[in-house]
Amino acid sequence: MRTAVITFPASNCNRDAAMALEKVTGEKPLMVWHRESELPQGIDFVVLPGGFSYGDYLRCGAMASRSPIVKDLVSKANKGLAIAGFCNGFQVLTEAGLLPGALMRNKGLKFVCRPEKLKITNSDSRYTSKYGAVTDVTFPVAHHDGNYYADDETLNKLEKQGQVVFRYADNPNGSARDIAGICNQAGNVFGMMPHPERAIDPLHGGTDGLDLFKSIIESI
Amino acid sequence: MKAIIHVGLKPGVLDPQGRAISRSLNDLGFEEVTKARQGKVIELDLSGDDPAAAETRVTEMCEKLLANTVIESYRVEIED
Repeated sequence: MRTAVITFPASNCNRDAAMALEKVTGEKPLMVWHRESELPQGIDFVVLPGGFSYGDYLRCGAMASRSPIVKDLVSKANKGLAIAGFCNGFQVLTEAGLLPGALMRNKGLKFVCRPEKLKITNSDSRYTSKYGAVTDVTFPVAHHDGNYYADDETLNKLEKQGQVVFRYADNPNGSARDIAGICNQAGNVFGMMPHPERAIDPLHGGTDGLDLFKSIIESI
Repeated sequence: MKAIIHVGLKPGVLDPQGRAISRSLNDLGFEEVTKARQGKVIELDLSGDDPAAAETRVTEMCEKLLANTVIESYRVEIED
């Protein structure tokens, strides 16, 4: 099992993501710099970490989503590579067109930073299968632009196809239909604004995030 | 040549910043403001001298990077 974390200028959860992956796989992930034009051979799972890539210039995730490595990730994702994006990583995935919709400024205009209760709305996904009968988890959120938007047609399609994986119990940012995390139709690409990688150790205040990593790793 | 690109949220997309601006203006006594929408203006200096060709290229730039067409619309002006 080989995993990788992509690092952009001003990524700041890359090490958290690496800790989570090492904890679950027993192996340190490869840290891949965004200027690389190709992901090394044999990588099974890639995390796009949180942060403020390129200072959130133009739009959150916009610059990062046009970087050489993301171009390669898009083509590999379309062939089935498992990729997850958390927070800024989710923004990069939507900007790259790997996930539908967009993340806009929070409805309340404030940066929201707190533990957030989430409901698992698809427990059969490749990112949630290990949660079993657990329906509620708590992950931290920390973002200014996490207000998920998509048009009604897209939202209906996401719901119908089981692509809404997590919803907020108490919507912190105005996201459409309380959506916190979604996957693509094939189920290999997943994005969410909350941070499962910051909920993997009792010292974090909880370990609810571990099963998300275990789920996707086990599915490979 | 110069290209001036106006990028704004599409009609129907909630604009929390615009709403805050309109409320603030109301608080300052500008009661006539009923709505504000916030966008951005991007100016590009361009080489070449064919405005039609420039417009085509800048439109491509908007589609590829400058606007997120899921939520934003854009308008391009080319100046000599």
